[in-house]
Amino acid sequence: MTDHSLGPRDKAAPERGGGPAPKPGFDFATWWDRVGILVVLVVLTALMAAVAPNFATVGNLLNIARSISINAILAAGMTFVILTAGIDLSVGSIVAVSGIVAVLTATSGMPSPVAVILGVLAGAAAGLVNGLLIAYLSLAAFIVTLGTMTFLRGLGYTMTDGQPVVSNVLNFRDIGNGYLAGIPVPVVIMAVVYLIAWFTLERTRYGKHVYAVGGNGEAARLAGINVRRVTTSVYAIAGACAGLAGVIFAARVVSAQPTAGTGYELDAIAAVVLGGTSLMGGRGRLIGTLIGSVILGVLSTGLILMNVQFFTQLLIKGVVIILAVAIDSLKRRPLRLRRPTPSGTVTAQQN
Amino acid sequence: MTMLQSQPLLRLEAVTKNFGPTQALNAVDFDLRAGEVHALMGENGAGKSTLMKILAGNVQRDAGRILLDGEEIDVRSPADAAAHGIAVIHQEFNAVPAMTVAENLALGQEPRNRYGMLDRSAMLASARRKLARIGADIDPRRELGELSVGLQQMVEIARVVSERARILVLDEPTAALSRAEALHLYDVIEEMRAAGSGLIYISHRMEEVWQLADRVTVFRDGAFIGTREKDRISPPDVVRMMVGRPLDDLYHHRRRSAGDIVLDVSGLCGADGTGPVSFQVRAGEVVCLAGLIGAGRTEVARLVFGADKPSGGTVTVRGKPATATSCGRAMAAGIGMVPEDRKKQALFLDHSVEDNIAISSLHTHVRSGVLRRERIRGAVEGQMHRLRLRRSALRLPAGALSGGNQQKAVLARWLMRRCDVLILDEPTRGVDVGARSEIYEAIDELAAAGTAILVISSDLPEAIGISDRILVMRAGRIVHELLSHHATEEDVMFHATGMAAHAHGDDND
Repeated sequence: MTDHSLGPRDKAAPERGGGPAPKPGFDFATWWDRVGILVVLVVLTALMAAVAPNFATVGNLLNIARSISINAILAAGMTFVILTAGIDLSVGSIVAVSGIVAVLTATSGMPSPVAVILGVLAGAAAGLVNGLLIAYLSLAAFIVTLGTMTFLRGLGYTMTDGQPVVSNVLNFRDIGNGYLAGIPVPVVIMAVVYLIAWFTLERTRYGKHVYAVGGNGEAARLAGINVRRVTTSVYAIAGACAGLAGVIFAARVVSAQPTAGTGYELDAIAAVVLGGTSLMGGRGRLIGTLIGSVILGVLSTGLILMNVQFFTQLLIKGVVIILAVAIDSLKRRPLRLRRPTPSGTVTAQQN
Repeated sequence: MTMLQSQPLLRLEAVTKNFGPTQALNAVDFDLRAGEVHALMGENGAGKSTLMKILAGNVQRDAGRILLDGEEIDVRSPADAAAHGIAVIHQEFNAVPAMTVAENLALGQEPRNRYGMLDRSAMLASARRKLARIGADIDPRRELGELSVGLQQMVEIARVVSERARILVLDEPTAALSRAEALHLYDVIEEMRAAGSGLIYISHRMEEVWQLADRVTVFRDGAFIGTREKDRISPPDVVRMMVGRPLDDLYHHRRRSAGDIVLDVSGLCGADGTGPVSFQVRAGEVVCLAGLIGAGRTEVARLVFGADKPSGGTVTVRGKPATATSCGRAMAAGIGMVPEDRKKQALFLDHSVEDNIAISSLHTHVRSGVLRRERIRGAVEGQMHRLRLRRSALRLPAGALSGGNQQKAVLARWLMRRCDVLILDEPTRGVDVGARSEIYEAIDELAAAGTAILVISSDLPEAIGISDRILVMRAGRIVHELLSHHATEEDVMFHATGMAAHAHGDDND
């Protein structure tokens, strides 16, 4: 988990010393593991800058950043869940419900911080319920979150009578539309979320436990980790992220939409998987998720700027996702063969 | 065996295989005669498994020739191997845990009745036949995944043996077997040899190699070291060929006076009918739980460690209550456990060796919620050095290590945590001689430092060689206690098999 970050120093082949006659050479699998997804992003961006008019302008890049922020925040939470080999299909519905909670709170006369916090807490509470059901009743994450996805969507419609709640004087609208030092506020929030999430995963004991639970649940239990508590918490985190995304979305459109966030869960999952996190759990990096979100955003925006039809956009997006995952799977193949290989034998002789 | 056969059944010439930058096999030669058992030995990572995978068709050689009856053949897939009459008993089984034993034994060749439907009774009957042939007492209607590792291995053996291959490769087939099960397997091997099959026997256990093999070939670091007629060499010669140096005194165990009682288990029962068991382990003492597979040794260890919930009884550590409802609680009380199956129960194969070792000790290396990574690395390196794990393995995924080094990494995890009580369940299963000796040394050092150690071992010389006392288990209970320096393998087997009960009409003689 440590020292697999994306960075130039990691381009060098890792040490495989000790084995018999290691041959120096280019190891595609290792190389791709480190920088592959970044290469995809750079190539894609260069391509878009070359063909799409007005792509490479500061204004447009900031626009892209703002447009990806909601999906990126959802994907950050989703990374925690997928790292434990789970899945959360309910985050799209949580976006709607938490937006509704925030807007209704604001329109009832509460100050904006209360509205924002209640929105985020609503998301966290929904995630906590997901987590408790999955961890303590040992239900399949896919089914539980499919259920809560439907339930919460229904709840959103019920709370709003199926109509958007529009408020022209929404007190927290700046969260979606404002700027901080020239940078859109959603982008600032996204950056903060990623900093905290990165720190949590890479620098805390809890983060190591998340990886451990996904890497081998039984081993994690026998290593003394409270697997149920960790499992519960990652869904709560995903819910809180979705709550935050819901508040931003509501602020951005200055209204509460019961249909908000429909299908967002799939974009979030796509970003995580594009970023190289394994759906089998235990393997992946948060930075990859961020890059995955950016790739999806660059792709959509670029295609729009190129006046590609919406239908065609979907076709291209689908192909890109499958292609990225296919490359990921191909690169894993040599690794599987390498496993049984002798590395370090005759350790007794070395000392 | 006779030297009359002019042409070997199977001959490998200069077979080479690279995995990426690593040379797993470097132009090795090997030949197998009809009607012989040819032992293939070497430390973990010597290339034995790679050779086996090439023969099984799981891996393709990069260079060299494979000759069957003098004709060059290609083994491109497991189906090819089967067509050439080559069968392999893997150390890790190719079976479906969610299916029954009978279904697994019939996999791919399910019998059908005249309506084209699955013929369940024929399938059960055939499964019973196959299991009876190797003397395995397993109900074929049970789900495979419910069986212990040893019984699963018996099923795998039953499946492969039933294929009546000309060439049979066995990779550590007895690693998970009890003595009685192993003896049945030896009979089957004898039978197949007499029928003219050639058997390649990969094993770390010198006694069984000496009992079974006609010839011995040794690999080291992917290279062919030599083939010898068994009658012309001695076990120490083979060890010297394997490690490249003589290995004196495998078992490290210094006798010392035991201290105060550290672990006190009283009337402990499991929901599965294990127990009640009561025993104590003192500071500096190494106590071994011996017995046949299924005698309840692992179950007792898991109950003490809180991996399974006890249904009754108490555990105390240094006088303080430590009856655990979770592994975390047991660890808080000072208990640690190296589980039976390192890959499934201990290691995070994709994660670095460093993370694998540090995972249970992170709480001691946190400052205001932040991991102190240099200190963690320092502590991990210290343990790796102590167990002679090379430093460059630090960042490798644990799955890339050999079995012996993986086991050292698991042990390092508990050394780093510093337990009052350490339970080791089959600590040297599938581990090469060199690493074994280092693991024994570490156990001895821990005991010297006052740790109470409970070892489970099916390897009787090991059980006797590294412990102070042996508790023999049978049918979920402790039936006898022996002092190790008086004990013989026969003593242990006598009580483990229940012959003592028959002789005296009493378990607790």
